[in-house]
Amino acid sequence: MIRDYIPQAELTTSSASQIDREAKPAIASKEPIVNDFSMTIATKNGSGSQTSNAVLLRALFKMGIPVSGKNIFPSNIQGRPTWYTIRLSKDGYTARRETSEIVIVLNPETALDDHQNTAPGGVFMYADDIALPVHRSDLHYYPIPVKELARVHEADPKLRTYVANMVYVGAIAQLLGIDLNEIEAALKFHFKGKPKPVESNMRVVRAAAAWAAEHLVKTDPYHVVRMDKTSGLIMIDGNTAAALGAIYGGVSFAAWYPITPATSLADALNEYLPKLRIDPETGAPTYAVVQAEDELAALGMVLGAGWAGARAMTSTSGPGISLMAEFTGLGYFAEIPAVIWDVQRIGPATGLPTRVSQGDIIAAYWLGHGDTKHPVLLPGSVYECFEFGWRAFDLAERLQTPIFVLSDLDLGMNQWMSRPFDYPEEPMDRGKVLTAEQVNATKGFARYKDVDGDGIGWRTLPGTDSPFAAYFTRGSGHNERAMLSERPEDWENNMDRLARKFETARKLMPRPVIELTEGAEVGIIGFGSTDPAIQEARALLAARGIPTSYLRLRALPMNEDVTMFLAGHQRIYVVEMNSDAQMCQLVRLHSPKDATKVRPANHSDGLPLTADWVYQEILYQETRH
Amino acid sequence: MERNGNNSVGAKQMPTAKPGANIIGLTKSDYKGLESTLCNGCGHDSISSQIITTCYELGLKPERIVKFSGIGCSSKSPAYFLSRSFGFNALHGRMPSVAQGALMANHTLLGLGVSGDGDTGSIGLGQFMHLIRRNLRMVYIIENNGVYGLTKGQFSATADIGQELKYAGRNEFPPIDLCRAAIVADCGFVARSFAGDPKQVIALLKAAFSHRGTAVIDIISPCVTFNNRDDSTKSYTWGRAHDERVNDFGFVMSQEEIIVDYAEGETKEVELFDGSKIVLKKLDSSHDPTDKQAALRLLTKAHDEQLFITGLLYINGDRPNLAETYGLVKPLASYQQDKLRPSRESLQKIMAGMF
Repeated sequence: MIRDYIPQAELTTSSASQIDREAKPAIASKEPIVNDFSMTIATKNGSGSQTSNAVLLRALFKMGIPVSGKNIFPSNIQGRPTWYTIRLSKDGYTARRETSEIVIVLNPETALDDHQNTAPGGVFMYADDIALPVHRSDLHYYPIPVKELARVHEADPKLRTYVANMVYVGAIAQLLGIDLNEIEAALKFHFKGKPKPVESNMRVVRAAAAWAAEHLVKTDPYHVVRMDKTSGLIMIDGNTAAALGAIYGGVSFAAWYPITPATSLADALNEYLPKLRIDPETGAPTYAVVQAEDELAALGMVLGAGWAGARAMTSTSGPGISLMAEFTGLGYFAEIPAVIWDVQRIGPATGLPTRVSQGDIIAAYWLGHGDTKHPVLLPGSVYECFEFGWRAFDLAERLQTPIFVLSDLDLGMNQWMSRPFDYPEEPMDRGKVLTAEQVNATKGFARYKDVDGDGIGWRTLPGTDSPFAAYFTRGSGHNERAMLSERPEDWENNMDRLARKFETARKLMPRPVIELTEGAEVGIIGFGSTDPAIQEARALLAARGIPTSYLRLRALPMNEDVTMFLAGHQRIYVVEMNSDAQMCQLVRLHSPKDATKVRPANHSDGLPLTADWVYQEILYQETRH
Repeated sequence: MERNGNNSVGAKQMPTAKPGANIIGLTKSDYKGLESTLCNGCGHDSISSQIITTCYELGLKPERIVKFSGIGCSSKSPAYFLSRSFGFNALHGRMPSVAQGALMANHTLLGLGVSGDGDTGSIGLGQFMHLIRRNLRMVYIIENNGVYGLTKGQFSATADIGQELKYAGRNEFPPIDLCRAAIVADCGFVARSFAGDPKQVIALLKAAFSHRGTAVIDIISPCVTFNNRDDSTKSYTWGRAHDERVNDFGFVMSQEEIIVDYAEGETKEVELFDGSKIVLKKLDSSHDPTDKQAALRLLTKAHDEQLFITGLLYINGDRPNLAETYGLVKPLASYQQDKLRPSRESLQKIMAGMF
């Protein structure tokens, strides 16, 4: 089994029961709770809290504590409520949790709800100008003079709103024991070493910490203590990982249209390509990134470039792939390599642009009218975002077809721990391309002839210097020689060959990652960003006497590994974040004889799945069966 | 050096050349395509012939030309010329994006796009404008007949207001003038011609191939089946009677000595991207094709009067093309792993920075 995001978690029975949270108010017990809680910060969008939150996350990571950060943000530029949750887990779990023990509130608009949602025994830290009509007896309260501290320690009134966020960083650091030197290191990282912003922010952090030391009496049991569980790991978001993967995969053409949550993937291409991909001989870029006029044009450009021999990609989200349906069908039928990243958000329609789902599975798999089907990669970690970032081009050029890579908002936009990415050891696979000499030697080049029996023809690239190299690429019916044909047998032969090619794809796509548990009746099938929640839920289920096996899909179409897994278990739960149990339906289609054993475990409300939900859902269905 | 493909000097320099060979040793049949499946007498077939003649006379290597088209009668026509050139028959109205991708992947190839009035003026208007805005180097021909032929005779966005057709009834909306639209989008080469005027079409095509960026030629091409009524401005009868030329001009390849027969009257010389020149002889001294406002005024007046003005309407080669804007040197498609995959050390460095 590969666990890419963190070192193998050592789960003990005691920590499992702690996650299970058998409602014991921590306020009663004075036992310290160390490096095992969640912290949610409620602010307003655009107020500068992103910097503070990123700095807190990095400081904890640098203290050797496994952490994960999740931004729950609005589709808005400024003013709407936003929440950031940092989970500290000494055992290395990174999934979202249902509640937080520590809640820091700077936004009066959400204060009452946030107050109500704080876990029993938890901490409620808030700006002291927020009025709380009632106090709960099971919380620890820490009012902070946020505005006053910002005013005193930042001369520039324009910057006060921003540095106000550093007030809670300093106060919570003091309260929990977060090393201020690590805060400073994180600020330096964030501001890329620019001394002025580091200095002004640090001034506020230190002042707030000093104020807290003087004025707050710690009554809560939560502590942060340095560990050594993150050494050698990196912290990165999936969209940056995907862009880096694409760059090391040799992307030479990218066209895209702005859309949340995929925009930062193209941003990362634009950030890293100029540093990494200048031809030393000419000083010219070996790439071009074009912001297209819409998603239709984006994929049109990608197909044009892929057809002409570039390694071409686009990145988008649900509404974008709807617009790309027409060109995807053309790419499938004209057999043109292309890589399409879909960083999924929740739909249908506009849906919630800043909320996550895995709702584009079926849309991507069968995108386009007529008989179409597309290989789909399913990265389950930022490590795989990188790996599939380069591998997708090899697959696209080998299979001469559009390849989808389905990431999602949680994976793409949030920060994740990972082992460092491995350099691609396999040489690039540029697929079946004939040179001018080869074309001349070939008696009667036929673009769509299945010469090798794998359904994949040989192609030539525009500009190939041979009078026999050219062919006419079209979306209309064609024969082996790429000539327009309306003959029924030509149509059928072509579709049969495309079906053969899809069987070749089935063999070439990454196999699922399988973890079999001796004697387990229950199997779990998952994919993508829900992996951490599933891993944690499995530990909880095991602690409740339900051992499980786990198959993590990494691609469509499914292969015989899935068939075997279904055959080997009594009940198989397909865990996914969508309302129609899309992958569950595909699993049932894949192996009809075992379809009755396959059960949906799907949930979709726009937030990342929690281990609690997966655990409760499977437990409920298991106790009912 | 003389570069006229038909002359004897060229033939002598290439001892092995076949009779009728051009400067690169190819005969006209090397530029031909499959047999047309369009209606007899279709203006599009005439344009295909002019494309063949132009490429043959210029001595362009077919393997260096890439043909693009969208969907419709016009877009089928690239199969009927230049069989040795690669072709991409794209989606309806989406030819510009495919061409942009392909010609960014290999900017050393010559792009030749053939579209129609429905393909460009209706479904593809957005991509058309954005192609021009980015100034991709390609020749963009619109075979304009004001009607949808393959679907049996609906009005297109370039149909005349008040026109009546058997299938579609009366058209209540004014036409979109694609030449005016092109100028508004900052196109640096805008021309209009008539399919029944081979001499002008060839002269314009030759100049268009030498243009730095997107060169748009709107060619009125009558539909003999659905839109050849005498009162239609896209009919042969109307075209011959109402074709008002703004200029007559000669194209001079960059290697040729400039000897032209435009001595009399007012002439204007414009240098093109590859060093070749066009020499304009003004028939109507009021139009200067380097004057954008004049071009727009001329077209607006013609639009209001339902006239069609042919010739080179506007030219400006100042704006860099897309490949120049991106600083491309070698074709992106030519790079292999040694240039495409950054070093192992560079990845280690990035990883070290992601602490």
